[in-house]
Amino acid sequence: MSGHESSYTPNTGFEKWLDKRLPIIRFANDTAITFPTPKNLNYWYTFGGILAVCLVVQILTGVILAMHYEPNVNGAFASVERIMRDVPFGWLLRYIHSNGASMFFFAVYIHMFRGLYYGSYKAPREVLWILGCVIFLLMIATAFLGYMLPWGQMSYHGANVITSLFGAIPLIGESLQTWILGGPSIGNQTLQRFFSLHYLLPFMIAAVVILHVWALHVPGNNNPTGVEVQDVEKDTVPFHPYYTVKDAFAIVLYLMLFAAFVFYAPNALGHADQAIEANPLVTPAHIVPEWYMLPFYAILRAITFDLGPIPAKLLGVIFMFAAIAILFVLPWLDTSKVKSMRYRPVARQFFFGFVVVCLLLGWCGAKAPDAAVIPALQGDKILVVSYTENGQEATSEYKGGGEAYLDAKRFMASLPEDASPSLAAVAPPTFQFAQLSLILTICYFGYFFMLFFIGLTEKTKELPESINKSVLKRHKASTATAVPAE
Amino acid sequence: MKAFRILAAGLAGLSLAAMAHAEGGAAAHPHEPEGGWPFDGITGQFDMPSVQRGYQVYREVCSSCHSMKLLSYRNLGEPGGPFYDADFPNPNDNPFVKALAADVEIQSPTPNEVGDYDFRPAMPADQFRSPYANDNAARAANNGAAPPDLSVIVKARHGGASYVYSLLSGYPQADAISQREVTPATVTTPASDNGTPDDPSDDVAEVSTPAETQTIIDVSKLHMGGHEAAEGEHGEPGVLIQPAGQYYNPFMAGDTTPQYEGDPRKAPPGGFLAMGPQLPPGRVTFADGTESTTEQMSHDVAQFLAWASEPKQITRKSLGLPVMIYLGILSILLWFSYKRIWRKVEH
Repeated sequence: MSGHESSYTPNTGFEKWLDKRLPIIRFANDTAITFPTPKNLNYWYTFGGILAVCLVVQILTGVILAMHYEPNVNGAFASVERIMRDVPFGWLLRYIHSNGASMFFFAVYIHMFRGLYYGSYKAPREVLWILGCVIFLLMIATAFLGYMLPWGQMSYHGANVITSLFGAIPLIGESLQTWILGGPSIGNQTLQRFFSLHYLLPFMIAAVVILHVWALHVPGNNNPTGVEVQDVEKDTVPFHPYYTVKDAFAIVLYLMLFAAFVFYAPNALGHADQAIEANPLVTPAHIVPEWYMLPFYAILRAITFDLGPIPAKLLGVIFMFAAIAILFVLPWLDTSKVKSMRYRPVARQFFFGFVVVCLLLGWCGAKAPDAAVIPALQGDKILVVSYTENGQEATSEYKGGGEAYLDAKRFMASLPEDASPSLAAVAPPTFQFAQLSLILTICYFGYFFMLFFIGLTEKTKELPESINKSVLKRHKASTATAVPAE
Repeated sequence: MKAFRILAAGLAGLSLAAMAHAEGGAAAHPHEPEGGWPFDGITGQFDMPSVQRGYQVYREVCSSCHSMKLLSYRNLGEPGGPFYDADFPNPNDNPFVKALAADVEIQSPTPNEVGDYDFRPAMPADQFRSPYANDNAARAANNGAAPPDLSVIVKARHGGASYVYSLLSGYPQADAISQREVTPATVTTPASDNGTPDDPSDDVAEVSTPAETQTIIDVSKLHMGGHEAAEGEHGEPGVLIQPAGQYYNPFMAGDTTPQYEGDPRKAPPGGFLAMGPQLPPGRVTFADGTESTTEQMSHDVAQFLAWASEPKQITRKSLGLPVMIYLGILSILLWFSYKRIWRKVEH
């Protein structure tokens, strides 16, 4: 906590001299060495450190990649492949950078879910939470801009889909889209500005990260009990060496996961179409974003109906941005005074449901909207004969096996010559991903509104008196029942 | 230990995300050759004689239509390449690679001293020669469909090398293909019905098209590796009509329904592409005496293209092991450091 007394005493003459002018060593000592940290933080709390490592890795590899990359529609694709083939260890740098984005998002999602579970967004940490949301928003923008740079098919057509979303905004949409693209359509100018911004945004993320850490160090860490620190002596340990070693251990485990992807499955999280150079004239069969955007993509596509004067497309865009915007106001949506879900039996169940909803939304985002959720339930295709009768379009359906085909053929033969019949196999109506997406979208937003009402009525479990007491109690319980401690 | 549980959950989540990626069209699932690919797995290696034969297939067959712009002749002689020779660490000195390059005449990418672009034998530093001067020439020579560049084709297709192998060896057998004559129905147009009242062609009331020859594929005779031939319940397997200039392949993404005469629900998987079967048995004579069956040539060229798409993949995998061991040891040391530092703190 920033209120904690500085334990730094300058020893050498130089340190004393510097301490009077720029107390930077004191600052580093107080924030990274002696900072009192609750002693009951579990492994879910190590993802902050993991994220810091991810950001540094992305910036370092990115700066070197930029030395070899060519932001030009004629050369971008080949320059990325040149990095993979001719730059010494270029393949390693590039795979670290491209998989690093996935690792970054994977860690940030865990970090966010951890914050949601332990109520880390509540007073006095609202600003800390909002700064985190700003970082997340910047990360999405950076990842989207960066995905454009290899100039593959998904780069081009994905960027086309996303920038056209701005075109859905009434009145200013079209001009806004043109302004963003730098012209009527994606071209060299778009690639160059995306490259420029992709280089800029990570440093803005780094700046907000500094504010995020600052905002963390004013109220201090939340902890799994959600009970604030009462006695610094009993409840906390200094950050170093206790949490530096614990974070380091978690970071190395995370790096092993990272390395497994980089060395053994570097393209597993990517898309084959990214290895085809962008071609505006050929649209991929399925345009899908990277996995970390899929839940938001599913929400975007879930809205297929107009609402009064609002067209479906705009409504989808509104919902997609609202899915992120709602996180910003979450501290005021959740009415419960108790932070940690450990002591909120009802909200806890809803939280786990919310996690499942988010994962399912990701699944929906990867699938074609009209595909069957459970193909086994869809049944056989129906034969449909379309023909014209007295100038009217008419259809006739046949269900069943080979018999149905013979029946349909016989029927077609019996029609008059001007009926111009045609035969098609049509999948019977079933529960589609578009419908599942809509249900899940409602659940996604429903969770935040449920928090409002649950907070008012929920009977919470008894909170421990202090962090120290909860730790001691858990230890006694585990030794009494001889359960091996974790 | 909780950390491992978290990581395990993470791994599961990520693999789910990888699997959840959109699938392609209704094409048959590509299959590996018998015995799998030698370069698969974390200790995989390329079968170099096979990559060398694959280069021969590319050079003698594929390269007449397909470019490989991201590769240069020198790549063939670099460490990990099919013609690497330890005596010549600089591939530009490798006599075999030099000879391979010199056999090809290219237009120099740089002008000579009077500003003309000469034709000269290629050098190891030159890019693989492209069969066409540009995309438009490629399209014009191939019925409007430019043959794709093969430099990264294995990365650019779902199924990778197995896709290339399956596609090349998966064309229907000769006994399934036949010809038939079709006489289109005579189209009668009422003389007054063509819009322009004073058109002289109004006199032509009857338009008759000459009989045309169609190439048809008997679906019941398709042998697809691992796939049941489509069979009607009443034994009425249909017939697939190949559009002119197109070839049916069960592994090509697409839709065969519009070309299928029969129950549309039984239309075979796959689609049509402008490339016909290119590797009939004996198309290439391998220097090492390997029998050049369709499967063998498809296998070899797929392996060559897998190498060409990612020449550094063996280096990548072999660097992975020491990195994992290093991180593993580091994590063990950190775990004990963690235990020791926290030993006096109840937490």
